[in-house]
Amino acid sequence: MNEPIVVTDGLTKRYGRHAAVDAVSLTVRRGEIYGFLGPNGAGKTTTLRMLVGLIRPTSGSARVLGGRPGDPAVLRRIGALIEGPGFYPYLSGRDNLRVLARYNRLDGTAVEQALEQVDLSARGGDPFKSYSLGMKQRLGVAAALLGDPDLLILDEPTNGLDPNGMADMRELVSRLAASGRTVLLSSHLLGEVQQACDRVGVIAGGRLLTESTVADLRGASSLFVRAEPVADAERVISSVLGPVEVHRTGDDGLQVAAGPARNPELVRAMVQAGIEVHEIRSAERSLEEVFFEMTAEPAATHTPEEEMAR
Amino acid sequence: MIASMRAELLRLRKWPATWVIIGIWLTLNVMFGYVFDYLNYREAVGGGDRRVADALLGQLSLVGVPSTMVAGLPMFGGALVVILAALATGSGYGWSTWRTVFTQGPRRLSALGGTLLALGVVVATVATLTLVTDLAASAIVMGATSQDLVWPGLGALAEGLGGALLIVATWTAGGALIGIVARSPALSVGLGLVWLLVVENLLRGVATLLGPLEAVTNVLPGSAAGSLAGAIGAPTAIETGGAPGVLTVLSGTQAIALLVAYLVAFVVLASLLMTRRDA
Repeated sequence: MNEPIVVTDGLTKRYGRHAAVDAVSLTVRRGEIYGFLGPNGAGKTTTLRMLVGLIRPTSGSARVLGGRPGDPAVLRRIGALIEGPGFYPYLSGRDNLRVLARYNRLDGTAVEQALEQVDLSARGGDPFKSYSLGMKQRLGVAAALLGDPDLLILDEPTNGLDPNGMADMRELVSRLAASGRTVLLSSHLLGEVQQACDRVGVIAGGRLLTESTVADLRGASSLFVRAEPVADAERVISSVLGPVEVHRTGDDGLQVAAGPARNPELVRAMVQAGIEVHEIRSAERSLEEVFFEMTAEPAATHTPEEEMAR
Repeated sequence: MIASMRAELLRLRKWPATWVIIGIWLTLNVMFGYVFDYLNYREAVGGGDRRVADALLGQLSLVGVPSTMVAGLPMFGGALVVILAALATGSGYGWSTWRTVFTQGPRRLSALGGTLLALGVVVATVATLTLVTDLAASAIVMGATSQDLVWPGLGALAEGLGGALLIVATWTAGGALIGIVARSPALSVGLGLVWLLVVENLLRGVATLLGPLEAVTNVLPGSAAGSLAGAIGAPTAIETGGAPGVLTVLSGTQAIALLVAYLVAFVVLASLLMTRRDA
């Protein structure tokens, strides 16, 4: 599980003076679902394009499955869907996969298996141009699955899909990950990453801001308490939990640095002390809050020179 | 590269554009090569103009097939294969299929080589079909005019087919190169046609007034293709009212050498662009 299969070191791609990807060093480990998170234009796709050898880095290096990105032997062990599905519109879904299978020296069974895995067998004979966006994306995943790759690189697979399509795609991704594959999934949708991913890398403005587990990123959970009188509640909680942090929030609630396991104990103590307890709930920070805190900064710190260039 | 060629053949075979272009070429070829000449011949016979009628009958005869089949290739046939090849490579950028193919694992050079080989198979089939339809059309005309069927020698047939193959192969490589340079089907088809139908002709026109320019226009790909057709015996447009594009500015050997050089240069340039450039 801990064996790194994607490692980048100071990976950088510049277009003129603009650094689309700026010294990104990330690690994806075998068997995990790695979420690559960032707003649109953060450099996610550019990074992924470098990992499959579609574009060359300006500087820095990357190793994928122990090899050079874009090396044919490495690419055969990777399945990638980058920047949306690219297929021949006049061919059926099945024929599109047959063309790619021929490029890969695979037979027809691989095509049927891939269609099966993304639930497109029944519509495999229809022209690609007649597919809905969700079906097109799923065909893109099917193409990535050809040759049974160890590593799947999926670039915003739910982009533009309706809620049903998104749910289908999410279900498909977790199914694929459950079969032991490593999945590197980029997204700007935090809920998606929060649900699916083991670890995340957050990128904004071309820079990797952090890399950690979803739980670590959200931080330790806390409790929100609303009780009257609030001063008494604060005193009781401090006496029960010992020296933990208790803060008044703006709306006369209390933010308590403790896990939900302490709920019953706190409620009992407050009730026994004659305090009226209106509300007590665990108040975890969502990934979204963390994300906004992180990504708000770089946008606000353009140097005057950069502003001029804009 | 063979795997890539099989892949590309599958998608070219199922591409309506391929069949539309082949169909248009074969129709044009029979119309301009046989139908109109036959109607002219009937008119000449009716008008008692024996000299013109005999000349037309020579072109329509089976012996005239090798030169008739190459007559339309320097310009019209060339334009159609440029369209096919430029669409084949250029639309890979519009549809992002190059990207999909590259992430599947073949080397870029194999993918491009396979594409060029597959296009080669298509245009070789077109050249062969042209020969077969021309032989059939000529035999029908000979039957209709009650002439004896005098078949051309194998050497002459090989010359016609070989010349046709070299002309279409060069234009195909040129079209594929423009598609890769422009990274767009529409722009590349437009540029290819403007070059082939307009620029070369304009330059040739200017060169008749401006001597030094002639040395340049004589070695353009269209001039080489036209001269090869002329050397095989196709009547030139200017002197004998033949198909536009047919010339005699170069000898057959010079034309072959030049076409091979262009073919190689187009393929090398396309390969360099494909392998060096970000996709």
